[in-house]
Amino acid sequence: MAAKFDTPELFDNIEIIDTPRYAVDSMAHSRPYPAKPQHNESLGFPGELVDNWEEKAVTRLGELVDGSRALRTFLDSCVKCGACTDKCHYYLGTKDPKNMPVARQDLLRSIYRRYYTFSGKYFPKLVGARDMDKSVLDEWYSYFHQCSQCRRCSVFCPYGIDTAEISMAARDIMDSVGLGQKYCNEILGKLQTIGNNLGLPEKALINTLEDLEEEVEEDTGVAVKYPVDVKGADVLLIVPSADFFAEPHIDGLIGYGKVFHQAGISWTLSSYASEAANFSMFIGSGDNLKKVAQRIRDAAEELGVKRIIVGECGHAWRVAYSFWNTLVGPFDFLDPNYPAPQHIVEFTYDLIQRGALNLDKEANDHRRITFHDSCNVARASRMGNMPGGQFILPRALITASANHFFDMSPETIHENTFCCGGGGGLLTDDLMEIRIKGAMPRMQALKQVVDEHDVNSMVAICAICKAQFSKALPAYQFPMGMITSLHQVVGDAIQLGTKT
Amino acid sequence: MALEVGGKSIATDEEGYLENRDEWDMEVAKAIAVAENLEMSDNHWEVVNFLREYYDEYQIAPAVRVLTKAIGKKLGKDKGNSKYLYELFPYGPAKQACKIAGLPKPTGCV
Repeated sequence: MAAKFDTPELFDNIEIIDTPRYAVDSMAHSRPYPAKPQHNESLGFPGELVDNWEEKAVTRLGELVDGSRALRTFLDSCVKCGACTDKCHYYLGTKDPKNMPVARQDLLRSIYRRYYTFSGKYFPKLVGARDMDKSVLDEWYSYFHQCSQCRRCSVFCPYGIDTAEISMAARDIMDSVGLGQKYCNEILGKLQTIGNNLGLPEKALINTLEDLEEEVEEDTGVAVKYPVDVKGADVLLIVPSADFFAEPHIDGLIGYGKVFHQAGISWTLSSYASEAANFSMFIGSGDNLKKVAQRIRDAAEELGVKRIIVGECGHAWRVAYSFWNTLVGPFDFLDPNYPAPQHIVEFTYDLIQRGALNLDKEANDHRRITFHDSCNVARASRMGNMPGGQFILPRALITASANHFFDMSPETIHENTFCCGGGGGLLTDDLMEIRIKGAMPRMQALKQVVDEHDVNSMVAICAICKAQFSKALPAYQFPMGMITSLHQVVGDAIQLGTKT
Repeated sequence: MALEVGGKSIATDEEGYLENRDEWDMEVAKAIAVAENLEMSDNHWEVVNFLREYYDEYQIAPAVRVLTKAIGKKLGKDKGNSKYLYELFPYGPAKQACKIAGLPKPTGCV
């Protein structure tokens, strides 16, 4: 269990998030548990820190900048203008200047300069270039696990430098020399052997879904189905495995089932590809990214579905929307009349647009709702066929299902959204301090709508956000139950048993 | 890391989860509970025993909803909800109760 720490204080009537004073090295102690040798080896990495790791790390960095013009440009182009400095939730919550995005980038940039630029090779001190040594590796391990790869800083960078890419590269290098992070690497191993992050075997998955069917029928009197491995179903639904296991995630899963039920569209889950999440992105591993994505394509072909729909999982949607086609496409075996892949929010939105769902908004009258934009949906993907659809569609689902909706302050939503504090592979108990401190800006914005509009429900469409807020809300004296799945709100409004 | 119980040393991981599930017994459970600042009541034991039975059959801890339903059946409907389980296991029924039951930590976005 982590040592005790103080939760940051929230202020009354604050319009913007204040820039804190510095607290130098205040988070230098934050380090996640390293992965065990078998976790690293199962992903193709050395089990433990290799001999000559300094040299190998530098070589790997060279391979990465040679392979990605984007990464090289990000490392070359910073002019230290300072626009990013107060944009990171971890900096705002911890006051540690190494959590300023520019400082985080410099942890890698200083090594890049030393070995791969003329000035750094010959005049290292003049250009902030450093030798690769143990203190650098320690700093990387600490501070590249204080970045949730949320990309908020890149929105404000005049050069568009993407700190997430730099953080992914640093984690790739650390994995390549045998220093992996336990949380991500253990989970990725489970996914590739059992089919999901939880390690939920087929038998348990089926039992859990049967139990859920029983519960929904008891509650509603309607036999809503949660099918698995049904060959010939129209839709393969890929959800984060937390949707089977945790609260409030499972209420979202219940909602998806109600939507399919009322729309009368046949669907199935897959026991082989029972995971939307793909943590390979967090550790910057292209090989694993592809392997995990391939499972979903294989399941879709095996089941003979016409469409693939992705559930409420933020980074999964980035991987699906932005990378699937390149990694494991083309998806030419699917019905070309539908987007491939499609987000569950797009699916439900289309049904609402054509009057295929009977929604009773009053069913949600006990809820006063706000919406938390998840970073990977907001800043790394799109929904629907209009610009900003990823902001418009989820809100349209809420306002079609509920009467009371209030947005948080504009500098904290849409593309300016603040990370929940647990994204990018940081959602682990050993990083609880950085998670709680990093949630501060979002909690501050939430406090404002709670104070002004009596908001009692914060809706999210990401499994990480939901699990993270279940911890962060109580830390800031909000009820844990405020965090709500979007499809719970939709599902509660659906008038089952009525015809459209 | 290790836990000392009755003169025996029981291996745990960094967070106090047992390395080997077979080394679990009630004394070990009590020792883990002490480390978690929990005093085991009959209702705690009901949860822990259910987790172990479920794990034996399914090789994983039950989903929170499966657990709340089962506990509701055993202890009465008013206790079949996560609020009650959080009263018993303040760090969360999934993780803390699993730890005391000697089961591996649930992983993923939970």
